[in-house]
Amino acid sequence: MSIEFIYPEFEVIRNENRCISCRACERQCANDAHSYDKKHNIMRCDESKCVNCQRCVSFCPTKALKIVKSDCTLRENANWSTQTIKEIYRQANSGGVLLSSMGNPNPLPVYWDKILINASQVTNPSIDPLREPMETRVFLGKKPSKVQRSKDGKLDCTLPPQLELSMPVMFSAMSYGSISYNAHKSLALAATELGILYNTGEGGLHEDFYCYGENTVVQVASGRFGVHADYLEAGAAIEIKIGQGAKPGIGGHLPGAKIAGDISRTRMIPEGSDAISPAPHHDIYSIEDLRQLVFSLKEATEYKKPVIVKVAAVHNIAAIASGIARSGADIIAIDGFRGGTGAAPTRIRDHVGIPIELALAAVDQRLRDEGIRNHVSLVVGGSIRSAADVVKAIALGADACYVATAALLALGCHLCRTCQSGKCNWGIATQRPELVKRLNPEAGSKRLIHLMTAWKHEIKEFMGGMGINSVEALRGNRLMLRGIGLTEKELEILGISHAGE
Amino acid sequence: MKIEGQVRIPSGCAISAVISKDGNKMSGEMIINSMKPMHDRSNGLGGGFAGYGIYPEYKDFYAFHMFFDSRDTRKKCEAFLKERFEIIQSEIIPTRKIPEVTDEPIIWRYFAAPLKSVHASLQLKEKEFVAKTVMKINAEMPGVYVFSSGKNMGAFKAVGFPEDVGVFYKLEEYEGYSWTAHGRYPTNTPGWWGGAHPFTLLDYSVVHNGEISSYDANRRFIEMFGYQCTLRTDTEVITYIMDYLLRVQGLTLGEAASVIAAPFWSTIAAKTDLEDQKKHTYLRTMFPSLLITGPFSIVLGFEGGLMALNDRLKLRSMVVGEKDDKVFIASEEAAIRTMEPNAENIWSPAGGEPVIVQVKEGAFS
Repeated sequence: MSIEFIYPEFEVIRNENRCISCRACERQCANDAHSYDKKHNIMRCDESKCVNCQRCVSFCPTKALKIVKSDCTLRENANWSTQTIKEIYRQANSGGVLLSSMGNPNPLPVYWDKILINASQVTNPSIDPLREPMETRVFLGKKPSKVQRSKDGKLDCTLPPQLELSMPVMFSAMSYGSISYNAHKSLALAATELGILYNTGEGGLHEDFYCYGENTVVQVASGRFGVHADYLEAGAAIEIKIGQGAKPGIGGHLPGAKIAGDISRTRMIPEGSDAISPAPHHDIYSIEDLRQLVFSLKEATEYKKPVIVKVAAVHNIAAIASGIARSGADIIAIDGFRGGTGAAPTRIRDHVGIPIELALAAVDQRLRDEGIRNHVSLVVGGSIRSAADVVKAIALGADACYVATAALLALGCHLCRTCQSGKCNWGIATQRPELVKRLNPEAGSKRLIHLMTAWKHEIKEFMGGMGINSVEALRGNRLMLRGIGLTEKELEILGISHAGE
Repeated sequence: MKIEGQVRIPSGCAISAVISKDGNKMSGEMIINSMKPMHDRSNGLGGGFAGYGIYPEYKDFYAFHMFFDSRDTRKKCEAFLKERFEIIQSEIIPTRKIPEVTDEPIIWRYFAAPLKSVHASLQLKEKEFVAKTVMKINAEMPGVYVFSSGKNMGAFKAVGFPEDVGVFYKLEEYEGYSWTAHGRYPTNTPGWWGGAHPFTLLDYSVVHNGEISSYDANRRFIEMFGYQCTLRTDTEVITYIMDYLLRVQGLTLGEAASVIAAPFWSTIAAKTDLEDQKKHTYLRTMFPSLLITGPFSIVLGFEGGLMALNDRLKLRSMVVGEKDDKVFIASEEAAIRTMEPNAENIWSPAGGEPVIVQVKEGAFS
């Protein structure tokens, strides 16, 4: 060993009394943490390779395995945490930018957990969702400011294009490339069955999935990978991705090694070439340029599809959103700083951007102050973890939520946060055929449908408790929320009262 | 303790209304009496009435009914009004001193016409100008409250039981072709005169029984269009929604009812009349934030008519009856029987089914 050695983060504990040396763990681990010692007929392991994805734990037939945090510690220091010190070692070893995956794991405030929901008592009846209709359907899109009538006085019922969702949740953007074919297929199947939408991300749309177009948002990002006329036509909506909560202001880089076969064809770039998404769109250096892209896409699709503009939640988000609302966009998607990613520079992920709760509250209020809230719908993500988060987001002012991490968890992800390695043992964030096939799209979609169905039930229970029988009446209904343990300033930004007020 | 406007106060209530389809005049006595059998639906913290057709001699002028907390604020407000309106009559609203109603503010009324030059220079239509002025006074002038601002109609309200409030305002001396009434059961209030119903804007008045669960969604939407919900009561927001849908958006009464008490999506999907299905889909998609949920029964008064409406689950009682030229609406049948013992065709309208009664063309003034 040497100065470069960093003690492994996890230990693999094998109960030798239970282990039958069946080698299942060895087969399941793409990181080669487990190996078989033929001579002694025992399993060995190299914990330096373990990422704690729990695959071997889940598949061990005798429950002989567990992964625990290593107790080999550096001397405690409140200023220099072990994590900080180890990152310095890693950078001193490599000279590189640190890479991470999934959302910001640091102990920053989660405002969802400091917001409580109301219920009816006496003066207003709660409604039992098992007995009475309880509506979760939403329409996303621009609402005209004035009712029009024909000459004979009849209502002119034409509306700008709207997205209909059976519940206020969509699967957010994850590109084919960052996740596998089978993961995409699981999302597409589930979205179709659920009457919601999934999002292609920036890697184009595999030709096999055009048939799920009605439940697909096709994304146009700065790399313009896989964007062509049929692609735009294929989706129910088009999303211009300006930024992502996990890495605001940063582009993307899918290494050439991952650009093979179908991914190369779908992205429309040569095999083996790096897929670089520039940090900005090089045809959008200002808000008026955004307007041109919005209308180019509308022209290309004959004004039949709503255009979503997705931005990361950054400091000046209210003014940015107001600009987007006036740019012709039908829907604004805002991604909070806890949003997930397949790979992002650690420092950027952990230090750039603001919480979605504050961004949402500020944007919703700003658009109302300017009288243009109904010109756009608001979709928020990063990170929405449960039906309670959805209800709180809607009551703060969102039209719908984007979920991705929760969806991946349903597909088997154990949040080991090493997507960037491309060796996802759960068949999600990988392109290795032997790993991809571990995720069965039919089984995966079923789990996604289960998760969303459960959330829908819970949303209805919350609404019924508040005496609300349609999700429209919850949107922006901030009186239904109270803060707990928040400062005056935080309450002011969230536009809610403190519990007890 | 916070008063209304600083805090939202839920309340339960009683409502009652009567209209003559022939435009025949009725004194306020009948509507006062209708509230007596529903005494227990109020708790003495608010009662009020609206009468239509009660000011025929001033029918071309806006009748502003106002509360002032002092002579000084009245003088200040009058100076403000005079910059914008020609005031042709200014007087105390006559009241009776009765022990049941005390602590009254200064209660005044003005009959006035907006100065054309002023609203033309602001590029506002006359009604918009009047509405904005009312909003401005109520939001920005402490100690002043405009509680009625329509033509040839007026609201009368106070802290007290409704039957006493009617006596207090001498409503038997007024004659109108339609009347609405309200008794209030707020759950927590120090009792403020402005908080009683009806709530009005221009010639729209609303009496309301219920507590809506969609309140803040509705309020935050409607405030985008210049309305300021200073009282934070359900009735106030419903009144503004009706003004917005009917006057600003130009919807019919039926269409407006379909927005605030929209049929369920499943009901819309089951409609066989495709034109009707399209219309309802459009209205729900266009105005999702104006759907009102939670229990309510309301009577909307307007020039020449009344509309009664229940929430779509019918979580509050409301019955309708008829006799000859008259239509009666109330929280309880007992109220209707008090007005007309031989009332016929008594029925409970279904949730979300508007009952619209209009006076024959030309029969009201």
